[in-house]
Amino acid sequence: MEIFQANNVVKEYAGHVALSSVSISVKEASIFGLLGPNGAGKTTLIRIINQITAPDSGELYFEGRPLKADDISMIGYLPEERGLYKKMKVGEQALYLAQLKGMSKRDALKSLKFWFEKFEIQAWWGKKVEELSKGMAQKVQFITTVIHQPKLLIFDEPFSGFDPINTNLLKNEILELKKKGTTIIFSTHNMSSVEEICDHIALINQSKKILDGQIDQVREKFKTNTFEIIYRGETPNIQYHLGSHFNVLEHDESSQLKQIKVQFLNGNSNNELLKLLMNQFEIVSFKEIIPSMNDVFIHVVEQNNREILR
Amino acid sequence: MNKSILILKREYLTRVKKKSFIIMTLLVPLMMAALTILPAYLATLDDKEERTIAVYDPTGLILNRLESNEFTKFQYIPAPEFDELNKNFKSSKYYAVLHIPVNILSTNRAEMISDKQVTFDIKNMITRRIENIIEGEKRKQVIDETGVPDLEKKLSATKTDITVETIKLGEEGEAVKSSTEIAMAIGYAAGFLIYMFVFIYGTMVMRGVMEEKSSRIVEVIISSVKPFQLLFGKIVGIGLVGLTQIAIWIILGIAITTGLTAFIGGGSAETAAQAQNIMSGQAMGQIATATPEAQNKVIEILGMIGNLNIPLIIFALFFYFIGGFILYASLMGAIGSAVDSDEDAQQMMLPVTMPLIFSIIILFAVAKNPEGPLAFWASMIPLTSPVTMMVRIPFGVPVWEIVLSMVLLISTILGTIWVAGKIYRTGILMYGKKVTFKEIVKWLFYKN
Repeated sequence: MEIFQANNVVKEYAGHVALSSVSISVKEASIFGLLGPNGAGKTTLIRIINQITAPDSGELYFEGRPLKADDISMIGYLPEERGLYKKMKVGEQALYLAQLKGMSKRDALKSLKFWFEKFEIQAWWGKKVEELSKGMAQKVQFITTVIHQPKLLIFDEPFSGFDPINTNLLKNEILELKKKGTTIIFSTHNMSSVEEICDHIALINQSKKILDGQIDQVREKFKTNTFEIIYRGETPNIQYHLGSHFNVLEHDESSQLKQIKVQFLNGNSNNELLKLLMNQFEIVSFKEIIPSMNDVFIHVVEQNNREILR
Repeated sequence: MNKSILILKREYLTRVKKKSFIIMTLLVPLMMAALTILPAYLATLDDKEERTIAVYDPTGLILNRLESNEFTKFQYIPAPEFDELNKNFKSSKYYAVLHIPVNILSTNRAEMISDKQVTFDIKNMITRRIENIIEGEKRKQVIDETGVPDLEKKLSATKTDITVETIKLGEEGEAVKSSTEIAMAIGYAAGFLIYMFVFIYGTMVMRGVMEEKSSRIVEVIISSVKPFQLLFGKIVGIGLVGLTQIAIWIILGIAITTGLTAFIGGGSAETAAQAQNIMSGQAMGQIATATPEAQNKVIEILGMIGNLNIPLIIFALFFYFIGGFILYASLMGAIGSAVDSDEDAQQMMLPVTMPLIFSIIILFAVAKNPEGPLAFWASMIPLTSPVTMMVRIPFGVPVWEIVLSMVLLISTILGTIWVAGKIYRTGILMYGKKVTFKEIVKWLFYKN
């Protein structure tokens, strides 16, 4: 079931188009990656979901019905540009932000106690935010985002400012939230984390959505029938042995275990390739190269930019 | 609305709990009191040092007419001792030597010789007394020369002191004693208070908005509340901080004044009694008559203050206080949202605060002529009316003018809040862009 849907959303700012007919649909209890280069329109779309700005046209649906003002209490938002009141105490501030999300003081206190214990930061309760390091403040910020148990969470670059240990902690928290049924829209430039945690992605470039789908399918779609083979032995001219059906892209003989990358040209199967190779040397490993999200991102965006220029 | 109250509470409490606020609120009235009271109090402290002044008076005019008192003694010395003192003052027991030259009646000069700087009080006292004596001497000579009988008495009778009483006709045509000076003083004080309040707390709203923008918390907050609720809560919260401060100042002011009046009142009665002992008979008489006169004066002033329309003044004070604050605070909030840096804020603030500064510049002119065209127009134009109208009201302003001014202010506030809300909504999310007024005007036409 879709928890959130945007249909043909258009937003213009004084002659500049920020979003041109963008549609996305986010499945419940999944992690949805919202990707795109800087200035593509991601933040505008996120602000529209949060009702910070309204679209010029297009429909927005939350849990199957049109999005309304009250739904804000069921959405949690961690913006990319985020901060806290520097002079305010951590506890007071977390309580204040939770209450602004519509929680009662009692519930907020109870829930905050739970999260502060979970992150082992009870000692910070009475400290002023300006006394915290950036990473510490980010943890507090994360808690204030999820405290009211929203159904939909929007994270814009959540890992910026975190060290690897805390990044891992946060990643696990996000996955746990998903397990509990929370839906997460996740916007980042860090493609390896997208591969790790996202179920679906949408890629926005120059105000248009240019790609979307389940992450495995997207990657599958952009695979180039390339294989990586690691072997032992001597084979000076492997292209000769493989014939014209295969294309050797790379051949690295510098170490003990040698490596080649081979691309199928048409209609060949893995076994055919293996047969040809087995005669030449001892195969150590054989695997298909599925493009990383990073490669997909760069490939798709660059191609799209070229098309727009034309 | 509920969330606006949450915001208001935070804005109010964080500011009221600040050390700087508590210190300022308590210290300012104490300092004001200290500044007015301390010099007066110090003046009442007597100079307890005993001094002997040698008087050498070859003219015989002063001789034995300078009377010693508890702390200042006069000792008349003959010529040889004076010569001796001139040569060897240091080893003498005297504080100073007063020399009355033979030709004092024509030169009006006397000398005081000492190895120290003679204190102002002593110099003053001696000058005054010699003046009296010499003046009396000269007058006596003139009277003796003319030979008119009872001239002395007749001359004394010509001394006059004119008072012009301003009497304002009340609504039923009855005469009401009024005082231009009192109306002016109250007008000034009220106008200036509004100016200070609007300026200080309006700037506080701007700083608050800038803080939220630069610390980047604003986007987090407006994902929970509408930008307008945030601005509204902030303006009202900070306005209440201002009202709290002023309420505390008024209460402390009244307490301190009452306390000190009692203290000084008691003190001055004591000094007056002392003074009576010290002064010569003639001076004593003057003091004795002056005291009830001063009391009458105080009663009269109190009466005149009572004749002012106090409820109207207080109502208008609060109205223009709050109205002026909301008007300027919303404009300054809008500026705070549009800028990224302090320098830009300063630059944009100038055109907005100009009318406010203008109303202070014309304060004096308005008080001098509260019925003039400058006063009238400045008290109608909403950006200047809070200060200007407040200056005029103690002088008495026709009701229709007050009503018109208030209606204009309220409608302008409504318009300003709408404009400020629009600018604010766009401005708080606009980073890294140098904003111009032209740009801001464009924001007004952005759809939500």
